[in-house]
Amino acid sequence: MTAASPSAIELKHVARRFVTPSGELLSALEDFDLSIAPGEFCAIVGPTGCGKSTTLGLIAGLARPQAGEVTLFDKKVDGVDRRVGFVFQQDAVFPWRDVLGNVMAGPLFRGVAKDKAEVEARDWIVRVGLKGFEGHHPHQLSGGMRKRVALAQTFINNPQVLLMDEPFSALDVQTRELMQEELLQLWAQAKSAVLFVTHDLDEAILLADRVAVLTTRPARVKSVHTIDLPRPRDVATLRYDERFIAIARKINDDLREEVLRARAGH
Amino acid sequence: MADSSITTPLPADPKLETAIERMRRHDRLVLTLRLAVLVFLIGGWELGVRAGLIDPFFFGQPSGIVVKLIDWFQNGTSIGPLWKQIWVTIYEAGAGFLIGAVMGILCGIALGRNQLLSDVFSIYIKVANSIPRVVLGSIFIVALGLGAASKIALAVVMVFFVVFANAFQGVREADKNLIANARILGASNWQMTRAVVIPSALSWILASLHVSFGFALVGAIVGEFLGAREGMGLLIATAQGSFDSNGVFAAMIVIAVVALVAEWILTLIENRLLTWRPDATINE
Repeated sequence: MTAASPSAIELKHVARRFVTPSGELLSALEDFDLSIAPGEFCAIVGPTGCGKSTTLGLIAGLARPQAGEVTLFDKKVDGVDRRVGFVFQQDAVFPWRDVLGNVMAGPLFRGVAKDKAEVEARDWIVRVGLKGFEGHHPHQLSGGMRKRVALAQTFINNPQVLLMDEPFSALDVQTRELMQEELLQLWAQAKSAVLFVTHDLDEAILLADRVAVLTTRPARVKSVHTIDLPRPRDVATLRYDERFIAIARKINDDLREEVLRARAGH
Repeated sequence: MADSSITTPLPADPKLETAIERMRRHDRLVLTLRLAVLVFLIGGWELGVRAGLIDPFFFGQPSGIVVKLIDWFQNGTSIGPLWKQIWVTIYEAGAGFLIGAVMGILCGIALGRNQLLSDVFSIYIKVANSIPRVVLGSIFIVALGLGAASKIALAVVMVFFVVFANAFQGVREADKNLIANARILGASNWQMTRAVVIPSALSWILASLHVSFGFALVGAIVGEFLGAREGMGLLIATAQGSFDSNGVFAAMIVIAVVALVAEWILTLIENRLLTWRPDATINE
């Protein structure tokens, strides 16, 4: 990155360690380096339990690193940053609020006037295709629809940095494909820097500009692969493209090595 | 219904209808069986007395209890009109319940949200909770006199700990994902408490309110037992003093009716507050 355009997200020599209940020191991240440009879509893949979610927590300001530095646009992360949006793996929409109330939550928390927040929220509800469901509660919606609520809830805050923690892993394959398409469209308009954690390599390649493969715990960046597939991408057909397959094969070899190592370690 | 099925994603399909029908049938069965149990118990009791197996002097007699109740309603009790006694007890239990519940909820949320407060006070609350609280009634009578205040104080003590423990637990059980989400969406600590913590603790708190109204009644009645000028507890104590077991049972039934009505009201409130829950919607 040049000095003129600071990275949206930058992790330098970051370490995050936990004390387990049995008193052992567990290292989730060690000497972790990664940098993501503004507007870039970066995906992270790695063996299960390698510390992918920990990384997102550090960037979101939900946790602090024991060593190293996490910066957003050259500013050190110190608590939750307003420019960050986070889409969780599990349902994190508020079950006691209807769709409108959920989407409005962010602006209201941030002090936007109620009627203005409502206008914005209605607009976002239309954009994610939930028009007509404003008054429904989450338990009345399908998993895919709840994810749409979560996306609207996040995008309404206009995040410059968007963190996604396996957001679509609980969805069935067809719904997942639709949501991936939807995400790419929203991202093309919002132009936020995205860090997308997934265990699904295909998903990572379909969506991202770059895919970072992590090592088994303690996690480091093992390799970064640039995905030079043209945009806009057609999620439904791209995975049968020869270029896609070539990239997938290359990254898969890298990933497999780590998965096997992780298995041997346990 | 036809109109709303177009705009709502929840289809009003026959499957839902049969599910409701099945639920209703089940409810009817339960009601019938409950009545059967009641008839069996009370009939057995009455027959037992008539056959000479049960001594009505000690254990009363259903028909005698009914006669007593009618007498009380028509001619008043030995300590004054029945309505007055019921009202006094409801007033004491209700006031104690409200005060205790509000205090319990506030303290539970405060300690649940603040680690330091909870570390400091949890030990004292454990100790206070282990004391048999009914004993405090004697102190309250001495300190606050024979009037309503001492009964209300006892009811407060009875209610507080139950509600507190539940509110505290409810706050602690709040979903970590929801809390993280609210924080990232920009919630301040106070907004978090209002938007996430209280709603998620609400089902715990409401559950505890069901139990604790019963405790408030116990507090009020025991207080009246220990020393009072009016109330259902005094009525029972008077009946006991004159070896009137039918009177004791009659007073018990009156109290039970009060408790059931309160329970019903609480359930209404609960369903009102928890409409977002899946099961609450089905009941509508």
